[in-house]
Amino acid sequence: MTHAPKLNPLPNNPPPFAGDARIQRPRHGLDPTRVKRDFPIFERNPGLVFLDSAASAQKPAAVIDRVTEFYRSDYANVHRGVYRLSARSSDLYEGARETARKFLNAASSDEIVFVRGATEGINLVAYSWGMTFLKPGDEVLITELEHHANIVPWQLIRERTGLKLVVTPIDASGGIDMAEFEARLSRRTRLVAVTQLANATGAMLPVEAMARLAHRHGAKILVDGCQAAPRLPVDVRALDCDFYVFSGHKTYGPTGIGVLYAKREILEAMPPWQGGGDMIEQVTFEKTTFQHPPHRFEAGTPDISGAIGLAAALDYIEALGRDAIFAHEEELTGYGVDKLSRLPGIRLVPAGQRRLGILSVDVPGVHPHDLATVLDQHHVAVRAGHHCAQPLMDKLGLAGTTRASLGIYNDERDIDALAAALTAAQKLFA
Amino acid sequence: MDARELYQDIILDHGRHPRNFRALVHPTNLAHGHNPLCGDRVTVYLELDGDRIKDVSFDGRGCAISTASASLMTEVLKGKTLAEADALFKGFHAEVTGKAAPVVPTALAEDMERLAPLEGVRAYPTRVKCATLAWHAFEAALKNRADGAATVKTE
Repeated sequence: MTHAPKLNPLPNNPPPFAGDARIQRPRHGLDPTRVKRDFPIFERNPGLVFLDSAASAQKPAAVIDRVTEFYRSDYANVHRGVYRLSARSSDLYEGARETARKFLNAASSDEIVFVRGATEGINLVAYSWGMTFLKPGDEVLITELEHHANIVPWQLIRERTGLKLVVTPIDASGGIDMAEFEARLSRRTRLVAVTQLANATGAMLPVEAMARLAHRHGAKILVDGCQAAPRLPVDVRALDCDFYVFSGHKTYGPTGIGVLYAKREILEAMPPWQGGGDMIEQVTFEKTTFQHPPHRFEAGTPDISGAIGLAAALDYIEALGRDAIFAHEEELTGYGVDKLSRLPGIRLVPAGQRRLGILSVDVPGVHPHDLATVLDQHHVAVRAGHHCAQPLMDKLGLAGTTRASLGIYNDERDIDALAAALTAAQKLFA
Repeated sequence: MDARELYQDIILDHGRHPRNFRALVHPTNLAHGHNPLCGDRVTVYLELDGDRIKDVSFDGRGCAISTASASLMTEVLKGKTLAEADALFKGFHAEVTGKAAPVVPTALAEDMERLAPLEGVRAYPTRVKCATLAWHAFEAALKNRADGAATVKTE
């Protein structure tokens, strides 16, 4: 008797009528209807309106097939076997590192460390770099928009290093006031750790300007690129950030893989954080010497297929065009803001001067979980709750929000379905 | 399943206008319930007279399901003995989780009937905890004198 609600196929959306300007071929050349066909999940779940890519994106067939093909044809452990199959697997794994380097425009693939995801990347920086270089009284500056993954690791090492966690508040518009940010920088600031695109609200942060200011005060900067990497072109050298992290599964790749980028000289100075195979140069019972980065930070057999699947996802994104994806996300975000802000009784959670890809709404009187359950009845998949940003929710005075997040396969019809479902939910709870 | 099957009128009504939504002035027992997944919080207050529940109330914030469930719970528990309350808790838990056939004394059949509108959550595994939060807090309150409140989590 217990069973999950079944997703019944819905009739196809009505064909757009002639003369509807918004369904004409978009000027940036990304056609979400065509993109959608690359994602088998939509074929298997007809009628699905997937608006939860900020939690995890769906996977194109190119990624699914590449991972399967790798296991069928090329699999062996890396960096170990002398046989040809292992060499091939190693080449593919290191090739994936090069793909990630190009994706971020890093100077060298030695600056690309494969991790489980952005969370592990930040923890690696905290435990290796932070535990080594942070002294009592040193400050780590974050913002109120951070995901728990960019708050908790610093709290965890706070006890052991004596660091002080300083928080830049959001302003009334939901963005970061640069004067407030700058006022918190000082000689004591050793690290600025900020999101490029806030996962709970969609606020874009001026990370390039923040990096300049951080460096002027002698601090390093870590950028959490989880939401930005799948949505806009990223150039770590232009940003001049010291660390950059993103998760594979949010960039249309597999779960369990992500990237930590760090400047070479910083990685060289960082001690290992986990010990094991593959990260050593020579081991005796008296002393062990370690590999150079990035292998120093990849103890044990890595997620080989994950890295190869991630490379397939990054190739897929590049083929669509990073600028085209950015333009698509901007256009659809604008459409969503326009559409949702016209709905009476629905409040868009403010996202500063510039919002991208995320529409967080508050419907006064309706709990986000009730809202999301009703939206689910309309086949609209969204995230409800605090979005791992409880301090931000407290600041906004909300228990949580209902968050719709966009991906390359979403179009105006998805926003329309969201708006219709929100209106239906409002009626139910009125 | 249609949204209306889950959000029946009785749920919507109790969600909007919860009964016994207040703190007791002189509770003998109380406990807090917290669902970290959604941030919902409930405090259940009891006034016990021997082994009878003389009065029961709650406050806090939550979704329509958890608020309605807490409200209906206070309605059925008022005046019950602890043994009856325990039978209702077990029966309700079995109903909403669908795990075992509830065995509830026939004398309590009417109370079970009043809780029946919440059975719809069975089809929504992620929402079962919303419906059981207040009941878990009630259970914790039984073991907890008002001078030393405990918190239960539904995770």
